[in-house]
Amino acid sequence: MQSVKTNFSELEAVALKVREHIIRMSTDGGCFVGASLSATDLIVYLYAQFLNVNANNLDDPNRDYLFLSKGHDVPALYGTFAELGLLAPERLKNHLSTTDHIYWHPNTRIPGIEFHSGSLGHLPSVAIGVAMDIKIKGGKNKVICIIGDGELNEGTCWEAVLVANAYKLDNLIFVIDRNQFQANMATEDLIPLEPLHDKFTAFGASVKRINGHSFDALHEAFSAFPFETGKLNVVIADTVRGKGLPSIERRADRWFCNFNASEVEDLLKELHGERITQLTSETLVVR
Amino acid sequence: MTYEELLTETALANERYVVMTAENRALVRNIPGKLGNRFIDTGITEQTMIGAAAGLALRGRIPVVHALASFLTMRAFEFVRTDAGIPNLPIKLSSFIPGFLSDGNGPTHQAVEDIALMRGIPNMTVFAPADEQDLVNMLPQIWAHPNPSYVRINTRKTDYNHSPFELGKAEIVAKGTDITILTYGLLFEQALIAVEILKNEGLSVGLINMRSLKPVDENAIVVASQTSKLVVTLEDHFQTGGLYTIVAETLLKHQLTAKVLPFALNEKWFKPSLLPNVLEYEGFTGKQIAEKILGYNTQSVQPEILTPQFSE
Repeated sequence: MQSVKTNFSELEAVALKVREHIIRMSTDGGCFVGASLSATDLIVYLYAQFLNVNANNLDDPNRDYLFLSKGHDVPALYGTFAELGLLAPERLKNHLSTTDHIYWHPNTRIPGIEFHSGSLGHLPSVAIGVAMDIKIKGGKNKVICIIGDGELNEGTCWEAVLVANAYKLDNLIFVIDRNQFQANMATEDLIPLEPLHDKFTAFGASVKRINGHSFDALHEAFSAFPFETGKLNVVIADTVRGKGLPSIERRADRWFCNFNASEVEDLLKELHGERITQLTSETLVVR
Repeated sequence: MTYEELLTETALANERYVVMTAENRALVRNIPGKLGNRFIDTGITEQTMIGAAAGLALRGRIPVVHALASFLTMRAFEFVRTDAGIPNLPIKLSSFIPGFLSDGNGPTHQAVEDIALMRGIPNMTVFAPADEQDLVNMLPQIWAHPNPSYVRINTRKTDYNHSPFELGKAEIVAKGTDITILTYGLLFEQALIAVEILKNEGLSVGLINMRSLKPVDENAIVVASQTSKLVVTLEDHFQTGGLYTIVAETLLKHQLTAKVLPFALNEKWFKPSLLPNVLEYEGFTGKQIAEKILGYNTQSVQPEILTPQFSE
């Protein structure tokens, strides 16, 4: 799916569709809406523009790899798959049904998902293994692992950076979805992460920090891959949890959402710039 | 009384208690404001939380620690074994969404080997309440006990009025000569339904709420196996290492045998969906349990199973 487009209006249209899918999946049991909306532009950019992965090359050992480690954002990935032809869009209606395999965390029964996730801090290591084998074989594949900022609490994420540095894995990119929240709280109010750029740099990585909702910024950063020979690439994508829905953006109590049918209709309008939805469904408040 | 109310009351009455979580706030939302610096949220760091709990316990504290069951028992397993088990420190594990209660999360979040893992640790005690009332009844004794403990948190409500809890004793709900169902945790509510259906078919049916899986009530298992023609073990756990294994070990220890029908997850994880759909898909509704035991279908009606509110 690589191309040389630099006018990103087409990607913006895809991202809007993906956000619609996410909103439609946020009912009848719900899903992790906030984390999905923060990662949407990132995931759309990577699959539509950067990665050599498509419906026809999933078995090709020379394809690129994307590992979704934070897991909660899988509705954004499924929505992207639906828009890019990797998943039949009507299957999104099977969310949480026992007739399909679409639930709250990624799993490999959906073609295109490289590895299951949901237990945090696993896939940075799995991605290292794949990147190591590509290095051994002299391959050119790119390996990406999307990591949540809250996920960086887990020690294994930092072990992975140490090991990637030791093995000079410049074919590997850790992308941090820096939406400023872990489930219930702002990261800086609980387990502060900043200065994050400096932390990764001190661990030996080559780091770029960008606006994760700007396709121009994403394109500029990823076009510079590999950032430095022999160094792990890290992209810190500054994002907004709930991006696109002002009624839930940056709200600590709106990470998992199980909206009712009328809220879903209102949120779809809100996404397209209409008035902000008055939400009545239950919230997950930390006091 | 709710879990949170009991924990708040207990901790306010005794300075030794500290409440910890690895950013799992669902059970303790109001506690930070009430306990001040005796509430500690270590973020998404299950291993560090258990290590820190051991340090607090070394200083005389009783840490009540919270995380999702799968991460508390598996991510932090070696820390639990080494930092709570070896020194026998009173670290109290409250494990959230164990077994089928992880409904739509998928295998990463399915703690269906937790009983096997935790009961394998010397000094550890293991409990699985049938519902919220059973939970709140048992916790004061568990928290006051000097050993580390593992509790499968279950805050579902049932209509059943439980007898007083005694550590190491099962709750004998009913005695029967044809069948005795041994169970624990959330499946107790389906067992009650199954018992009614079986009774309507003219059978004499017993029901035992195991409650305490380590120490286990060996006498309850022995008596059931010798007075009923069939023993049924019913659990949302892998067939290996849980109640079926406990029954086998107990009978062998007493040089006994019995006809035992296990309901458990045999070498598989369960289908992720909302809880009522999970039970139906996996064959664990009261009606399905009864009909599998009977070997034929009945006209009985399965009561509605309530979907739990999402909580992590």
